[in-house]
Amino acid sequence: MERADFAIEEQEGGGAALALTGPWLIATISDVEPRLASVEQAIARFDLTDVAEIDTVGAWIVARAARRLDAEITGCNDRAERLISEMGEFTTDEAIRPERASVFVRVTEKMGDIVYSGRSGAYGILGFFGALIMSSFSVIRHPHRFAYKALVRQLELVGVSALPIIGLMSFLIGIVIAQQGAVQLSQFGAETLTVNLVGRITLRELGVLMTAIMVAGRSGSAFAAQIGTMKLTEEIDAMRTIGISPMEALVIPRIMAAVFMMPLLGFYASVVAIIGGATISNFAIGIPFLNFLQRIQEVVPITDVWVGLIKAPVFGLIVALAGCYNGMQVAGNSEEVGMRTTMSVVSAIFAVIVIDAFFAVFFTNIGWN
Amino acid sequence: MGAKDPEQDAVLRPDERFRGDYPIVVEGLKTSFGEQVIHDDLDLEVRRGEILGVVGGSGTGKSVLMRAIIGLQPVDAGEVRVFGRSITGAEPDQVLGVRDRWGVLFQGGALFSTLTVGENVEVPIKQFYPELSADLTHEIARYKVRLSGLPEDAVSKYPSELSGGMRKRAGLARALALDPELLFLDEPTAGLDPIGAAAFDNLTRDLKETLGLTVFLITHDLDTLHEICDRVAVLADKKVIAVDTVPNLMKLDHPWIQEYFNGPRGRAALTAQALDELRKHMDMPVAANAVKALDKPPAGKA
Repeated sequence: MERADFAIEEQEGGGAALALTGPWLIATISDVEPRLASVEQAIARFDLTDVAEIDTVGAWIVARAARRLDAEITGCNDRAERLISEMGEFTTDEAIRPERASVFVRVTEKMGDIVYSGRSGAYGILGFFGALIMSSFSVIRHPHRFAYKALVRQLELVGVSALPIIGLMSFLIGIVIAQQGAVQLSQFGAETLTVNLVGRITLRELGVLMTAIMVAGRSGSAFAAQIGTMKLTEEIDAMRTIGISPMEALVIPRIMAAVFMMPLLGFYASVVAIIGGATISNFAIGIPFLNFLQRIQEVVPITDVWVGLIKAPVFGLIVALAGCYNGMQVAGNSEEVGMRTTMSVVSAIFAVIVIDAFFAVFFTNIGWN
Repeated sequence: MGAKDPEQDAVLRPDERFRGDYPIVVEGLKTSFGEQVIHDDLDLEVRRGEILGVVGGSGTGKSVLMRAIIGLQPVDAGEVRVFGRSITGAEPDQVLGVRDRWGVLFQGGALFSTLTVGENVEVPIKQFYPELSADLTHEIARYKVRLSGLPEDAVSKYPSELSGGMRKRAGLARALALDPELLFLDEPTAGLDPIGAAAFDNLTRDLKETLGLTVFLITHDLDTLHEICDRVAVLADKKVIAVDTVPNLMKLDHPWIQEYFNGPRGRAALTAQALDELRKHMDMPVAANAVKALDKPPAGKA
């Protein structure tokens, strides 16, 4: 491939001429550019007679060098003439990226940012919850306005479609608890307590907790991404202008679906986990399948079922609220959708685990242990 | 025809510019989405150095044609050659040696939203010429941003901080990053106000002349067609039914062409252009009288 090149020729009338040769294109100037920039000698004129091809990048380099050396440009063909005159008085001093501050300023700024956004986030979610309650009242007053079809659709998406994956997950968790529990308990000859372990831990804690985590990953993220994308494509604004409240049309059906479906899914998860435990106990500790189920009824107090069923709708509310709130906060670009979706899942799981700890202490203290 | 020249099938070296007559040749193109056939046996040749306007009703496949030419749209039959290289035979991401010779402006600008305007322009430069110094790359980016008519400070802004018209100009700056020989514009003036649209038209024409571009321009804008297009290709009935200058097209008898150019909007654009033309010759009494007459509508009709 031919490269751009130049040579300096001394002239008889004093001063030197710089003769440029070859194609001066973006593809061919990479090595000649620093060389030309380092010419310090006084040059009277640039001779472009032998330049085969030139583009804006070539023209820019020539014009810049000529300006620096205060030289005249001669021998241009039409195209070179045009391009170089187009360069004109173009100067470059604008930064490509906004200035970056020093690292200390950035760190303190970022920390301040986190504090402020934490505060506005807390206000935001509180305000969102308030708006949700207000719109619930307006839905109660105007029940004909409620989007029943959307609710049914969400019930299906959040609940029915989640059955296979939650069932599989719970079944495996039941197996793991029973098998690992049996190994430990057999050390002091208490294998039969495996039934208590599986029954109580799944109904009271794990069934609902794992379901909440699964729903946060499956549905909470979907809420955030759907609503966020609708926000970007101005669908939400369009709804508002037609007089449809996005709160009523989008948020309430999703939150209701999560709140309704969480107890059902949580109970289903516990039942499947117990079946999983019963299946493995048949082989691991020699308690037959049906005996295991019978023992569950005897050793698990009914309050354990209530504990799970009371927690479940609260977890559903948290997951759906985090998803919808983060979706509504999307603004600007598509990157924000991804960020907000992640945030909805992380904050939902975190909040669920924190609230679960409070519930555990609370139920123990009221004597449901 | 020039397109059949065997020498055009040779790969262009990076230090050469295309010297053939037809940078784009489409022969017997057939595209479809499932059952729905978009193009059937479509032929089109674009001459070097012209602005070719492409018009057609909604859904006639103007954008699909552009996507087929730049290799984004799978083709059922036929051949597309750009700079003499076959696009249709290649994989979408295959290195062809032509991608650094064209620039594409998509309808919404398609700027990378996480990068500033300047960085957007640098992306193709860094992709094809990583050996250039960072300073030079910055300078090229800044120059291209200015060339596309954006203010200097737009270089460091993010696309979300720009208006729709500015985003199009920024997209144009990125399309021009590598000094392309071929520029694809997909409805560049759609959604711009008339002043902005006229400015964009002038910019396109100036760039074509300064940089020696060949422009493939999809548009619905009749003013654009009258003002800057050298030839116009009309897409209808799954084919290019005619390629010619606007005045010649208007003589054709096809119902869609007649309705398009001789409808109320077509005539308004034509009148506007005629007035502009007449105003250039105001020293001649005939022209001056005609302008006066046209500017003052007959009484009662104002």
